Amino acid sequence: MPETENTTPSVESSPGVGMIQMEVVSKWYGNFQVLVNCSTKVDKGEVVVICGPSGSGKSTLIKVINGLEPFQEGVVTFDGTSVGDAATNLPMLRSRIGMVFQSFELFPHITITDNINLAQLKVLGRDENEATNRSMALLERVGLMDQKDKFPAQLSGGQQQRVAIARGLAMDPAAMLFDEPTSALDPEMINEVLDVMTELANDGMTMMVVTHEMGFAKRVADRVIFMDEGRIEEDCTKDEFFGGERGDRAQEFLSKILTH
Amino acid sequence: MEGSFDFAIILKSVPYLAEGMVLTFQLTFLGIAGGIFFGTLLALCRLSPFAPLSFVAGSYVNFFRSMPLILVIFWFYFLVPFIVGHPVGGFWSVTLAFIMFEAAYYCEIMRAGIQSVTLGQVYAGQALGLTYRQNMQYIVLPQAFRNMIPILLTQAIVLFQDTSLVYVVGLGDFLVHADIVANRDNRLMEMFTTVAIVYFIICLLGTFYIRRLQRKLANA
Ligand SMILES: Nc1ncnc2c1ncn2[C@@H]1O[C@H](COP(=O)(O)OP(=O)(O)OP(=O)(O)O)[C@@H](O)[C@H]1O
Ligand SMILES: [Mg+2]
Repeated sequence: MPETENTTPSVESSPGVGMIQMEVVSKWYGNFQVLVNCSTKVDKGEVVVICGPSGSGKSTLIKVINGLEPFQEGVVTFDGTSVGDAATNLPMLRSRIGMVFQSFELFPHITITDNINLAQLKVLGRDENEATNRSMALLERVGLMDQKDKFPAQLSGGQQQRVAIARGLAMDPAAMLFDEPTSALDPEMINEVLDVMTELANDGMTMMVVTHEMGFAKRVADRVIFMDEGRIEEDCTKDEFFGGERGDRAQEFLSKILTH
Repeated sequence: MEGSFDFAIILKSVPYLAEGMVLTFQLTFLGIAGGIFFGTLLALCRLSPFAPLSFVAGSYVNFFRSMPLILVIFWFYFLVPFIVGHPVGGFWSVTLAFIMFEAAYYCEIMRAGIQSVTLGQVYAGQALGLTYRQNMQYIVLPQAFRNMIPILLTQAIVLFQDTSLVYVVGLGDFLVHADIVANRDNRLMEMFTTVAIVYFIICLLGTFYIRRLQRKLANA
């Protein structure tokens, strides 16, 4: 396609409608505007890292994508389905989007296997055998086969987060959302989680990752979004972002977190 | 009353007392089971975003919590046969009274339990594609219930004691049977001392059990 030759390669890899698309989305909590005219697009197979100061709206932005947070203005679509449309079957839509939280949020009252099985059984309607086979394969993949019969509280933070990733993957999602997946972890456990995420990205998963791990962003991301006060201030390729073509606020933010 | 204490006479009436104890346990068990069931439904209504539903549930709770239990027992005793059009017997009207009364208290306990489950857990369930009902059933309520077990059991002990109020409608529970024996044999002191000890031991065992459970849950 000659007419798209001069656009950035990662963005044009699959032209047209993105897997995730936000058009001038705004959201308010009472009088306080958390999201201000946010627009972006994530294509199939893209990995987008979102960073920005605390309270800038990163968590809100990704919760809007699977409808965990309602929004008042704009349009959000996931794989062609409008998230804000009252007629959309939200549980069905959410089952196609994996989500990983800062505080893991494994279900404490059931075993690791049951954590990964539950939604396969109740949402996808898989039978017990099929679900367990899938769960075991995923536990193997994240290296936690020996923990399958334990309860979440018996696992370390890093192990719990890897189970949480497996739980999301068990639904065979079309995309995965991560909200600061490593910020609640002890430093020595961060890499075991980032390794799983890196592998996932290399396998072609579409991912949006809120994180301050700039090493991960440099290695894995296709694009970087920088948020400030509810606005998407920067939305550019990794090379542009780390190559210095970023605005002052992003520069200030980067120098702050890199000196830590 | 005859001169000295004579506990031997109580031994002879053990089968009759046990019969009364069976009724006491039946009422307690049905009151707890039904109370928790309806209490949980009420709690879900109270927490519903649909205002009329939450208002009705809230009014129900406030109403029953401001009524003396004995009045509720009387009331159901006369009202239930009147509503269904034929006598239902003291047992079922009293059981219903206990269930409806306890439901108001269990509602508040379960409401606190549901609110003790963090928003993050609710999000996690939703994000997996669980519907509101599935999320309640598999994620929120089991945790709410587990968090509230000690308080639910404490309430059960209170109900166990309160079942003795059925004497007002002439049902033969443990206390009523003891009273009958005591008056028949003119052994009031021995009998009521025994009754007090039995209630005390059962409640004490219950309390010990709850403490142990609380420790176990705290360590889990
Ligand atoms: N339920 C709520 N009610 C009112 N304000 C809220 C609510 N949730 C979030 N906010 C506010 O919205 C803003 C954005 O919150 P959000 O959690 O999206 O920020 P964030 O970028 O993820 O921050 P952090 O890095 O601390 O996680 C914050 O100022 C926050 O105080
Ligand atoms: Mg956040």
